Formats: sequence, C-alpha cells, structure tokens
Amino acid sequence: MESYEIPVLAVKGLRKQYGDGCSYCSGPKKEGLERNFCPQCGTVYACQDISFEVYEGEILGVVGESGSGKSTMMSCLYFDQEATDGEVYISGYEEGKSNILRQSRQQRRYIKNHLMGIVYQNPEKGLKMDFSAIGNIAEKLIAAGHRNVSAMETRGKALLQHVNIPLFRIKDIPRNFSGGMQQRVQIAKALSNNPPILLLDEVTTGLDLSVQANVLDLIKGLQRELGISIVVVSHDLAVIRMLADRTIVMLNGKVVEEGLTDQILEDPQHPYTQQLVHSLL
Amino acid sequence: MKIAYNYAFFDEGSKREIRRATLKAIAIPGYQVPFASREMPIARGWGTGGLQLTLSLIGKSDVLKVIDQGSDESVNAVSIKRLIQATTDVAITDETKEATLLQSRHRIPEVPLQENQILVLQVPIPEPLRWIEASEYATKRLHADREYSGAWLMLFEQIMKHGHISTGADHPVEINDRYVMAPSPIPRFDNPKLHMSKALILLGAGREKKIYAVPPYTKVVSLAFEDYPFEPEDFSDKVCRLCGSKGVYMDELVDEAGIAYYQCNDASYCLQALNQSDKQTEVMG
Repeated sequence: MESYEIPVLAVKGLRKQYGDGCSYCSGPKKEGLERNFCPQCGTVYACQDISFEVYEGEILGVVGESGSGKSTMMSCLYFDQEATDGEVYISGYEEGKSNILRQSRQQRRYIKNHLMGIVYQNPEKGLKMDFSAIGNIAEKLIAAGHRNVSAMETRGKALLQHVNIPLFRIKDIPRNFSGGMQQRVQIAKALSNNPPILLLDEVTTGLDLSVQANVLDLIKGLQRELGISIVVVSHDLAVIRMLADRTIVMLNGKVVEEGLTDQILEDPQHPYTQQLVHSLL
Repeated sequence: MKIAYNYAFFDEGSKREIRRATLKAIAIPGYQVPFASREMPIARGWGTGGLQLTLSLIGKSDVLKVIDQGSDESVNAVSIKRLIQATTDVAITDETKEATLLQSRHRIPEVPLQENQILVLQVPIPEPLRWIEASEYATKRLHADREYSGAWLMLFEQIMKHGHISTGADHPVEINDRYVMAPSPIPRFDNPKLHMSKALILLGAGREKKIYAVPPYTKVVSLAFEDYPFEPEDFSDKVCRLCGSKGVYMDELVDEAGIAYYQCNDASYCLQALNQSDKQTEVMG
C-alpha cells in the first residue's frame, strides 16, 4: 500500500517500565498485572506498546485517568525520561528514518532544542522561575544556536505579545506572575524556535475558566496560523473536544481506543471510554 | 631546616594522586577532574586547591612566586610562601620573570608568562553553570552534552537588566572548542592572556575538589554575543600614580580629598617599572 502522507511524528510500540519484571509478569500479554503493576515483583508498566501517528497541522488528543501513563509517554517523547523500548520517528530529523530514541544524548538534545517544544502542567518544570520572562524565551533560542541579542529580544517580545503578556512585564521574573501568565510564558517559550511538534501536557489544568478559554484559543490559533502538529494530553474531555482532531484513550498504560474525537465522544466502544464519556458532567 | 614533614608537606602518595588528576586535566582542556582534596593547614577557601597543586609539583630547583590579588606581600600570599618554604626550602622571588612556579589568587601577572613557567590559580567555584543549576549530577550531564545555553543565558540576563555584560570577574570562557570553563575570578582584563598562553595554567579548587587546566597554546574564547562582543575593562586613559605605567590592570583608590587615583594592581610589576625608571634617571643624571 502506498502511503499518501508522511507523519510528522510516528510512535511505534513505545514502552516504559519501572523495574526489571519477573517470570510472572514478563509474558507478552502481561496477564496477572493489577492495573499496570506486578504484584509479585513490584514492576510498574507505565506505558505498554503505545503506537500512534500525528500528521502535519493535526492536533492529537490523549485522554485517560490519572496514572494511565499519559505524562510518562510525554516525558519519554521529550527525552526527560528514557523509554525502555520502542521507536519514535519525526519527519524533521533525517527524513523520519532514524529512531530518535536511539540517538546519542547530544543528538537528542539537538532534536529537543530545534524540533520540539513542550509545555508542562507545572510551569516550575518548564521555566526558570528566577530568570526574566524574556530570558526564558532566549534560553530556548540560545540552545537552538542563536547568538544575537537584539534578534532574540525582538523575537521574544513578539512571542510574549502574541500570548498577551504586557510589554512592561517582560523583564519580570515568572515567579511573580499569575499561574495563567506563567503558562502563557511557557507556551511562548515552547514556540520560540518554531518547532514542528508541540507537546502540551495538561496545559489548562488548574487555570480558571476565562484564562483556560484564553489559552485554548491561543493553541487553536497556533494550529491554524503556523500549522504546528500538537499532542495534547488532558483528562478534561471538554478540552479534548474543543482542540483535538483525533484522540487516543489510554488506560493502565495501554491505548484502548483511538479514532476521530467526535466519534470517540459520541460513540465510545471500549467500556472504559463509555464510562469516561458518561461521567462527563 | 629541621621539620618532621615529608618534602613539600605531602606524603609521596598524595602528590602522585594530585599529579595524576593534573595530567588528566591537561589531557582534556577545561574538564574538571575530581581529586581527593586534602585537609590543609589553611582553611578551605583560602587557596587550598592552588596550594595542593603547587606542593604536588614543586621540586628543589623551582623558584616560587605567590601572589594574592596582584600583591606578593598580602597575608595570604606570605603564609602560603612560608609553609612551602618551610617544607621545601626552595628559592622565593617577587619577579615574575624569574619564577618557574607561580601560584596566584585572582590575577595573571602583567609580565607575559613563558614556556618554562607554570601558573597555578586558586578557584573558589569551578563550575561555570553553578548559578543556573545547583545539582552537580545535572551540570556533569550538561557538560557531557555540551549544553551551555545556561552560561549564555546568564550573560543575556545581564544585558537585559543592565544594558551590557556585567561580569566583574570569572567571565566564562570556551576552551579548545569544547568545554565552557570558569577561569577563576580573574578580571575580564586577564581573560585574553589565557588564549594561546605559553605557560601551562592549572586551576585548583580545594573545597570543591576539582582540578582543571589550560594547556600551553590552547584556544580560549570568552563567551559573548554577536552584537555584544566581549570587552575587557578599559584602563587606556589611566596612569599609575607610582610608576607611570599605562595599559595594565589598575586599582582605583581615593585620597583624603576624595579624588580618585590609580595604581598598578600587580605590585611586583609596579616596583619593577619604578626601578627601571630610577636606573634611567641615574644614567641620564
């Protein structure tokens, strides 16, 4: 079969486990696990054979209850944690032919700095809280090889204005910002080097509704204007409904259902998804 | 000389351990080699790293010079000299030219160093990324990945805050196109002297237990941006009040009338220049 389009991000059989496993739990079917945990040896199977693809300009939603492995998957994709096994290909790196999980640390650093952006749930993780907002954006630009102060300043100002941070506050430190502002600085930082792939991990959790709407608007705008491919992790179905074109549903470290977002929300197949959709208030 | 210590204070095993770390440091310019920093008869933070390097290297034919912020006669420099002399009996000098081994705190002498000389610098904080990353585990990985955006970020922040790079001393350098290194708190004025230095430069941090090196004839570049180039302190319009020298690193002092005047920071250079001009006046007179 001829493929029509190369995915921007392709994940194949991504696995992440904590612990070595034992004869009881290391069978291919992983039967006998309590959720994702082996009662015999204590190994946690956080991500088990996760596969999906994201195409250009597409937003992929990832839903699942807490502890289902969503954030672990994201941190494996951004190399914050080392995946146990699996393959990840991105079209921007060696034409999508090399498994980026098997590259050297320096190469992975390059991919992270040049081809990806991430926004964490907790801004403390994504920002240097005691460096100015514009400095935080410059950090990503410097990492991507920029060495011109005025160019970086211009770019930083434009980005911060784009996410509605007033110009007179750009030299303040994010520690003195409200949660919503911190989140928007994080988004500006993630966007600074025009990454083809943006990873958003629970970006709106903990924000009040009007700020949430603001941030969601911003993300939708990014997809429209810049054609960025985005992976959105959330346990909030309303967020997924608004943003995602396609959605995967995760449970106990496995993908239990995937399809168009509308389809999943209107006609869920897996019992867990049905429960999830019906518990929506 | 009747002292119960081994030659140069240390036992031979200790000296060998320090020399091994030193050799590794020379082989990988700018890489911080951990070593078993010893308890010394002076407190940590008073130059124990430099002192251990000096003691591990010194031999009977060496001529030693010790300076502290440019002065040969400050308390710290004198104490270190006395300890070394009491345990080795080597010759001591103030003249940069005559010394084979120089230990210095926070200055590189004005008289250019030569191939037969070794300069030992005392270092309080050897890690250039320490201000942005507190964890040693993390900074070691940043060095391995050659991920130095933090060092540039610090300079960027200074430009954002003050409109210019404001490192007073210890301006980070990239050495041999690989490691970013803290040059010890020497003024920016001395940074260019590291580049292609004829003498071997060794840096020792006793409290932090690290040794690193600038081998002779090694490329050393001070970090800077395209539009904010590296600039050493400028003393071009200042003249030393004592010896009349120009173009050297100056101390600013204020007299009783509240007027600022300038004096060479390198005391032995100043004295030498004074002697020179005295001789000239004698010849002329």
